[in-house]
Amino acid sequence: MFDGLSQKLQTAFRNLRGLGKISESNVGDALREVRMALLDADVNFKVARDFIEEVRTKSLGQEVVQSIQPGQQIIKIIHDELVKLLGSTNAGLALSGNPSCILMVGLHGSGKTTSSGKLARLLHKQARTPLLVAADVYRPAAMEQLETLGRQLGLPVFVRKGETDVLRIAREALDFAKQNNCSTLIFDTAGRLQIDEPLVRELVRLRDLTKPQEILLVLDAATGQEAVNVATHFDQALNITGAILTKMDGDARGGAALSLRAVTGKPIKFAGVGEKLEDLEPFHPERVASRILGMGDVVSLVEKAAEAVDMDEAKRMEEKMRKGQFTLEDFLDQLRQMKKLGSLESLVGMLPGGAEALKTTDLSKQEKEFKRMEGIICAMTPQERRSPQILNAKRRIRIAKGSGVQVAEVNQVLNRFSQMQQMMKKMGKFQKMMARMGGLPGMPRR
Amino acid sequence: MGLFQKIKEGLLKTHHKLAHEIKRIVTASPKLTVGSLEELDAALIAADLGTAMTAQIVAAVKQSYETQGRAGLDVFAIARAEVERSLATARAELRRPAEGLTVVSIVGVNGTGKTTTAAKLAHLVQSRGQKALLAACDTFRAAAVEQLKLWGERLHVPVIAGAHGADPASVAHDAVTAALARQADYLFVDTAGRLHTKHNLMQELQKVHRVMQKKMPGAPHETLLVLDASTGMNALVQARAFHKAVPLTGLIVTKLDGTSKGGMVIAIQRELGLPVKFIGLGEKPDDLQPFDAQQFARALFEED
Repeated sequence: MFDGLSQKLQTAFRNLRGLGKISESNVGDALREVRMALLDADVNFKVARDFIEEVRTKSLGQEVVQSIQPGQQIIKIIHDELVKLLGSTNAGLALSGNPSCILMVGLHGSGKTTSSGKLARLLHKQARTPLLVAADVYRPAAMEQLETLGRQLGLPVFVRKGETDVLRIAREALDFAKQNNCSTLIFDTAGRLQIDEPLVRELVRLRDLTKPQEILLVLDAATGQEAVNVATHFDQALNITGAILTKMDGDARGGAALSLRAVTGKPIKFAGVGEKLEDLEPFHPERVASRILGMGDVVSLVEKAAEAVDMDEAKRMEEKMRKGQFTLEDFLDQLRQMKKLGSLESLVGMLPGGAEALKTTDLSKQEKEFKRMEGIICAMTPQERRSPQILNAKRRIRIAKGSGVQVAEVNQVLNRFSQMQQMMKKMGKFQKMMARMGGLPGMPRR
Repeated sequence: MGLFQKIKEGLLKTHHKLAHEIKRIVTASPKLTVGSLEELDAALIAADLGTAMTAQIVAAVKQSYETQGRAGLDVFAIARAEVERSLATARAELRRPAEGLTVVSIVGVNGTGKTTTAAKLAHLVQSRGQKALLAACDTFRAAAVEQLKLWGERLHVPVIAGAHGADPASVAHDAVTAALARQADYLFVDTAGRLHTKHNLMQELQKVHRVMQKKMPGAPHETLLVLDASTGMNALVQARAFHKAVPLTGLIVTKLDGTSKGGMVIAIQRELGLPVKFIGLGEKPDDLQPFDAQQFARALFEED
C-alpha cells in the first residue's frame, strides 16, 4: 500500500539526501517533486498545496540550515507533517449506549457490506454481541450478501426481505436486538451518491431514529480528488464520526486518506486490507506515514506475528532449536504457522524497503516452494519426520511418489533441513558461550 | 431523451464546476499570467484529469496565448481540442465475429460495478433483438451469484451460475458450452472483483480466459475493464495491470452520474490507447450508454 507515493518521494529525497546546504531553490525543486507525487497520489490539490507550504516554511528555518544533514531533517519534517495530516493517534470506536448503533454509509461499491461483516467480527472478538442489519433495500442481493457473511461469522443478521422501508426495518431491528440481548447494531446502508438528496435524507431519518454512536463513512482508498467532496457532503449531512478506508491492500496511493482527514477533521478508524473477514485493521496514522516515506511497517508485522503465533509454542520451539532437537515435524509446524501470518508478499511489504524489493521479485514462486515442502513432509510417516536418518532410498522413492515430485526434490528438502539443524546447533552453542561470558546485547539471557 | 442529452446531463456537474472555474480564472485576470495558469492547472487537477493531461492542456493554452494573444484565446476550445485529440478513437461498438457467439469478459477491481454492468450490457443487446446470456463467474463474493440471478430474472436473461466457491473457470466453461448450444449471440461473463496487485487472483483470471479460449477459439472476443469514475489516478495503474494480465479491448466507466469526474478516462485512453466503449450513468438497466469521444469532450467543455 502507498508504494507509488513512497517511491516518488524517495526519488525526490535522493536528491535532497546529498545536499550540504539548503537554499530556497534546491528545496523548491525537491518540494515540486513532492507536490507532483502527492497530486499523482490523488491528494486533494488544496491539501497538497497547504502541505507543501508548511514544509517549505519549516525547512527554510534556522535549525535546518545549521544542521549537519539538512536532507535528513527535511525528511523528518515531511514525516511529521504527514502524521499531523493523518491525525496524530489512532482513534477507536466510542460505543457507550445499550444497544449502541453503528451506521455504515458511503458511495456504491466502496465496501460497506464487507466492512460491516468485518466490523461485526471484530466487535464479537471484543466480547460484544453484534447484530448485522441489512438496510440496503436497493441493490439486488445485498441482503443475501450480508446474510451469507453472517452465516460465515456465525453471527445474527436481521433481514426483512421484500421490505422497502428502511425506517421500519430499523425499528424492528432495534426491537429484535432488545429481545435477543444484542449490544451493538451495525446498519449496512445502501450505497448512494453524496448529492442524491432523497437518499441522503433517508439516511438522516435513519440517523435520527437510531441515534447511532458511530457513523462511519466507508471510502475506497483509490478514490480521487472527489474524496474531499464525498467526505464533506456526508459529514455535513450526517456529521460522521469517522471513516473506514477500504481496499488498502491494493496499490492505490491513498491520497484519499490524507485529504479526508484534512478537510473533515474526522479520524480514519479502520483500514480494510483484504477480502477475508479478518482483514480489518485499526488505522494507525504514524505507521501509514512511515509507509508513505518508505520506512516500512515493522510494528504491524510484529503485531501480526503476535496474533498468529502461540507464545508458549514459540518458547518450546526455541528450546528445541537450541538443543538441536528440531525435527521435521517442528519444521512442518513452522511452515504452517508462517502461512497463518499471511502471504509472503504481504509480510515482505511491511519491511523497510520491502515494497520496492517486491517490484523486482516474484515471491509467488517462493511461496509455491514452501507449499511443495509442506507436501513432501506430509508424505512422510510420523516416525520418519521424527528421525529422518531412517530415510533410505526406498522410503525416499515412496515419499516422492506420494507427494508427486522427483526424488531429487525430496533429497533437496532433507539436505536443507539438515543444514538448518546444524546451524541451529551452532547457534545454541554460541548463545551458551556468550551467556557464560556475560551475555550479548540483544540476546535474552537465560 | 437523446443520447447526447443523457451524457450531458450526467456530466453537467463536472461541466458546471469546470466551466465556472475556468470562466472565473479567465475573467478575473486581464492577462494570462503564471498565476492564472496555475489556477487553471488546479481546476483541471481537481477534475481528476491527472497531472500529465493537465500539463498538456495548460501547455496548449499557454502556447495558444503566446501565438494569438488574448484576443483569440478560447480556453474552452483549446481544452476541448486537447481532450478530443486524446480520445481520437472512433466510436467503439462491441466487437463481433463474422458469425456465431461473441464472448464478452467483464473484469475489474472490487466494487466498480461489474455485475450491474454485465446485466446492463445484456439488456442493451437484448433490446436490439439479439440473444444474450449471462455467466456468474464471481463465485467468491457473498451473494454475487444471487445478485446476477436477480438481474437475470428482472431482464429475462438466462444466467449460467455455479455454486458459491466453485471454480470460476469451470463456470465459464459451462457458460460457453451453454451459449454455443443455445445459439446465443452474446455471452457476458461477470468475473469476481480482484485487486490488480493480487498475483494469484490475476492468474485465476488468466485461467478463466484460457479455459474459454480452449472451449471456443477466439474467446473472449471482448475483455472490458470496468472502472469506477470516482477512482483517481490509480485507475491508470489498474488499467495497466489488467491489460498486462489479460489483453483488454476496451473500458467501461461506471457511476459517471453525479460525481464531478471523467478526467481519468482521458489519461487512460491517452496512455494505453484503449477505447472507452460504454459509460454508466445511473442505476437503471438502460443507464448504460455507448461512449462517444466527441460528445464527451463537448459535454465536458461546452459553454452554456
